[in-house]
Amino acid sequence: MEKILFGLDTFGDIPANENGELLSDAQALRQVVAEGVLADQLGVDIIALGEHHREDFAISSPEMVLAAMAMQTEKIKLSTGVTVLSSDDPVRVFQRFSTLDALSNGRAQVMLGRGSFTESFPLFGFNLNDYDVLFEEKLNLFSQLLTEKPVTWQGTTRAPLQNADVYPKTESGHLDTYVGVGGSPESIIRAARYGLPVMLAIIGGSPERFKPYMRLYEKATEQFQTPVHPVGMHSHGVIAPTDEEARELAWRSIRVSMDRIGRDRGWAPMTRERFENEIENGSYYVGSPTTVAKKIARTIKNLGVKRFDLVYSAGNQTVAEREQTIELYAKEVIPQVRAILAEAAND
Amino acid sequence: MTKQIGIIGAGKLGVVLAQIALQAGYQVQIAGSGSAEKIALTMTVLAPGARIMTSTEVLANNEVIILALPLSKFNQLDAASLAGKLVLDAMNYWWEVDGKRAEFNDPRVGTSELVQNYFKDSNVVKAFNHMGYHDLLDESMVINPTNPMRKAIAVAGDNGQAVAQARQIVTDFGFDALVLDDLNAGLKLQPGVNTFGANLPYEDLQTAILNYDETPFGQEIAKLKLQ
Ligand SMILES: NC(=O)c1ccc[n+]([C@@H]2O[C@H](COP(=O)([O-])OP(=O)(O)OC[C@H]3O[C@@H](n4cnc5c(N)ncnc54)[C@H](OP(=O)(O)O)[C@@H]3O)[C@@H](O)[C@H]2O)c1
Repeated sequence: MEKILFGLDTFGDIPANENGELLSDAQALRQVVAEGVLADQLGVDIIALGEHHREDFAISSPEMVLAAMAMQTEKIKLSTGVTVLSSDDPVRVFQRFSTLDALSNGRAQVMLGRGSFTESFPLFGFNLNDYDVLFEEKLNLFSQLLTEKPVTWQGTTRAPLQNADVYPKTESGHLDTYVGVGGSPESIIRAARYGLPVMLAIIGGSPERFKPYMRLYEKATEQFQTPVHPVGMHSHGVIAPTDEEARELAWRSIRVSMDRIGRDRGWAPMTRERFENEIENGSYYVGSPTTVAKKIARTIKNLGVKRFDLVYSAGNQTVAEREQTIELYAKEVIPQVRAILAEAAND
Repeated sequence: MTKQIGIIGAGKLGVVLAQIALQAGYQVQIAGSGSAEKIALTMTVLAPGARIMTSTEVLANNEVIILALPLSKFNQLDAASLAGKLVLDAMNYWWEVDGKRAEFNDPRVGTSELVQNYFKDSNVVKAFNHMGYHDLLDESMVINPTNPMRKAIAVAGDNGQAVAQARQIVTDFGFDALVLDDLNAGLKLQPGVNTFGANLPYEDLQTAILNYDETPFGQEIAKLKLQ
């Protein structure tokens, strides 16, 4: 059986201390580095950091944080989730990540996306009306840069390139690149068109509803005659010794964070029933290690994904709570999921 | 007679509504902003059976049309081709997509009323706007017949006959229909009101709508209604 990869994802939420006071952005960033080191020591395959430009999250430059981690870790893959390519410069993105790849001995990965927020557009002087064309053009340029050969390119969203060679080159000759996808079928097709692997952000509802998207991805690769890569996914979760503790913690972390984000978009706050339903049938991986392992194994089996990342730090959890999720995930959940899947494969 | 419905917008919501409609036994015609070819792969995989065409064709061919495109785009559609037809408005003001638009956030005039003003010879009913697209799919009884709890979709319109028809469609799609007083009452289903995002059974949705003034935007609406 193909090896399943397990990751941990964070957006750099601000931790609270025992009195509920928030740490500074700087402390939050150093904490993320510490968590990356911990995850590496515990043998987690990947850590992926989001890029945001809003109060709730300290990470706006994930590759800087990853570079710090690179110096203190051995094996863990250093990834993003996602790098907002639309409001960035593809050449710079390539350079930053090929640099990270050098510093980490080939462990860099970049996950390109449009992001689920739009703050970066006004911040960097882009127009939201160009939302689609910005991503399309920049992904096109980025895919050419991935060849690591001189690039000639022309578009409407940045200056043209004439035989431009971009440095540093990677040692392997290939920068590991994913495309992060939300609910838009168009994005799946786009990733397939560029022959890039897909990571699904499944933040609510039954994960099984993404099954047709897996089929869409395969069909699209057939149509474009591009390689079929394994598909990954990420979802939110909290792990604690018991289901009750985990639910209580998730109610004051994941739920609070979702409500805060939803408020900006006019969504009603989450009801208890909805929250419980996300845990039972939906996209929150909340509970004891056994509960969470069973649920992850079920999702992996039903969807056929080959990579599962747990978004572990939502809301203002304490450092101890965050590290507890990381420890339990690495030491108990991952081995249990592997065991369940191996058993299923033998049946 | 086979029931038939046209859907404008083949994004997250349009695809889900097409899936539900097909499962409910409807013939479905659907269009995005461009050519049929552009959405062909998506539709043949995700909603096989739906007929893919241009929006002009969908508008011309159907007596019932669901609008599932960005709110800021409805005036790109030809109003005359919708004269005398039932228009189900599922659109919401989403500033990240539509840009900041004060008229879409007016506590006096609902966005569906703006849609009705534009399609002045059509009957506009607000429907399928308040539930997220993945909830719609997970909760529809025609998609998920073992769903232990049937959920409700609120509908709001001014023409009794049109509302009755909308109610039937909501029922066919596997939901209870909760009928509001008139199109203006659709304000109570908009972003910023406590019902927005509601995935609730009939009674709970009714309670939420009765308490629509719990949020700041709901209060603004309520204040104007009292005057
Ligand atoms: N997402 C939800 O959960 C949800 C729930 C309830 C209501 N809504 C509302 O439903 C509407 C669509 O939302 P969505 O999430 O489905 O957005 P989306 O995924 O971005 O899809 C929008 C669709 O509208 C099409 N479109 C744009 N301009 C058009 C035009 N002039 N004529 C015909 N089609 C056009 C787009 O086609 P191209 O790709 O070709 O541009 C695309 O297929 C919005 O008003 C939203 O507020 C959404």
